[in-house]
Amino acid sequence: MKSFGYQRAQRAQDAVAALAATPGACYLGGGTNLVDLMKLGVERPELLVDVSRLPHGTVDRTASGGLMIGAAVRNSELAAEPVVRERYPVLSQALLAGASPQLRNAATIGGNLLQRTRCLYFQDIGKPCNKREPGTGCPARTGVHRELAVLGASPHCVATHPSDMAVALAALDAEVHVLGPDGQRTVPVTELHRLPGEHPERDTVLAHGDLITHVELGPVPEAVNSAYRKVRDRASYSFALVSVAAALEVLDGTVSRVRLAFGGVAAKPWRAYTAEERLLGGPATEAAFTTALEAELAPAEPLHDNAFKVPMLRNTAVRTLARLARSGGPTPGEEER
Amino acid sequence: MAAERHTSRITLEVNAIPRTLVVDHRSTVLDVLRERLDLTGAKKGCDHGQCGACTVLVDGARMCGCLLLAVAQDGARITTVEGLPADGTRLHPLQEAFLSHDGFQCGYCTPGQICSAVGALAEMAAGRPSAVTAPDHRSPDPVPATEAEVRERLSGNLCRCSAYPNIVRAVCEVAGGRLPRSETAGSLPQEEAR
Ligand SMILES: Cc1cc2nc3c(=O)[nH]c(=O)nc-3n(C[C@H](O)[C@H](O)[C@H](O)COP(=O)(O)OP(=O)(O)OC[C@H]3O[C@@H](n4cnc5c(N)ncnc54)[C@H](O)[C@@H]3O)c2cc1C
Ligand code: SF4
Ligand code: FES
Ligand code: FES
Repeated sequence: MKSFGYQRAQRAQDAVAALAATPGACYLGGGTNLVDLMKLGVERPELLVDVSRLPHGTVDRTASGGLMIGAAVRNSELAAEPVVRERYPVLSQALLAGASPQLRNAATIGGNLLQRTRCLYFQDIGKPCNKREPGTGCPARTGVHRELAVLGASPHCVATHPSDMAVALAALDAEVHVLGPDGQRTVPVTELHRLPGEHPERDTVLAHGDLITHVELGPVPEAVNSAYRKVRDRASYSFALVSVAAALEVLDGTVSRVRLAFGGVAAKPWRAYTAEERLLGGPATEAAFTTALEAELAPAEPLHDNAFKVPMLRNTAVRTLARLARSGGPTPGEEER
Repeated sequence: MAAERHTSRITLEVNAIPRTLVVDHRSTVLDVLRERLDLTGAKKGCDHGQCGACTVLVDGARMCGCLLLAVAQDGARITTVEGLPADGTRLHPLQEAFLSHDGFQCGYCTPGQICSAVGALAEMAAGRPSAVTAPDHRSPDPVPATEAEVRERLSGNLCRCSAYPNIVRAVCEVAGGRLPRSETAGSLPQEEAR
């Protein structure tokens, strides 16, 4: 590992100023991704600015009836918040489906959003990789890609974003509060991560020095009836092959509100707008869910070894919606399983 | 300037004893414990957060020592397996239970399993949910220690010898939950169902 300087930031503006002054500096949250990548030689910061002890460690109710979540809150703390369990179960479930208890105790909300892909070539500095070294090529396309993207990829990169939490936040239309060298702004979680296009080296729309201070949730009434389902090779402590975050409200058998996002299938949490549009106002039946999912997944471009993800995702999403339709009100013609 | 200094003087309270030392910023908590403080209980399995062998308690919360930079833990209270016995002689109830239930073979993962179990029991008592906790459970109500809870909550600790059934029994016993039946009767069908 390359040796580096370290400083613990006391105030957000000091952290931003420190990064502005040092092009090779990086923020440190819990370190569970960054330290790993430093050991692998993928990240080689000159200076770490520790933001895990900034005064952004609480979850507070907002005037508009939502929640303001500090970026330094630990993953396990947010998952246990009674208000999150009650009003945004999809978020608690997504957090608890990620990593291991030890890692969730260390990992911060800001770091979770900005964790890097688990693509094997990205993590191996002996291999070419457009994300790590632009222009060197993408060996994953013809190599190991069973866990990689089926939606929104480009010839330059087929990586996925590995966060479970981000998928729930995308479904909930959460907003990221950012403090940068030019001041404060907000970025919707759905627009935080980028699809690779010609520039897979840029994971997000953030620039050097942009600090995530908070994540804000609106009231989202239908989130009371929401769920996260993750399919993976092991029952726990494993990244998603596919995952689904969904919230559903059904009135008289008709879908009155719906939110749907996918994980493990794209370089960003994939908000299923096409499916949502088709579902809204239609019958809350498995047949209708299947038709909507097929429309959403029509543009999927799987590779040789990850084509299984397309039907797996469709089935997982249909089953998740069907289950929510039962818990969110009586649905005619649905039998209990 | 901060970027130019690559070592720092830090103080860690390790097993209730304050230890002040100068660390290279690259050192992890795991390396400081093992290489500098002669506490070799916490083990290095993978060094990448993937196995849990390095699990220690940091301010009471279990974490992977291999991914924590020591400099970033300046001021923290760290408990390792060596620090678990309350009076320094008698074993911690979880250590006793691992012995009586034969919760290990080679023993390499055991200090991490035991520290992780200490953390898991504290989390259950504090009402922290896991992925298998009932959706309507709210902290701070304690979470009942079922076999499913123990399995999920210890899933961050791998055991290459696959002593899992006896580890689960040992932890369930201390947690006061119902003991799973003998390994063959209790655990195999559940494995197959996955
Ligand atoms: C074995 C293993 C299994 C895992 N499994 C899963 C899984 O199943 N699902 C899942 O979702 N995740 C999983 N993870 C990843 C884990 O969730 C992330 O490592 C963690 O959430 C990152 O948070 P952190 O605070 O430790 O980030 P750090 O490692 O500290 O930082 C990550 C990145 O974010 C930047 N950063 C940190 N905080 C801020 C901020 N406030 N503003 C701007 N930039 C910031 C850092 O500079 C760095 O680039 C796994 C990790 C491991 C090691
Ligand atoms: S998929 Fe992306 S991250 Fe993986 S090798 Fe290709 S360019 Fe690199
Ligand atoms: S050595 Fe730390 S998790 Fe494996
Ligand atoms: S007892 Fe050998 S690794 Fe667990």
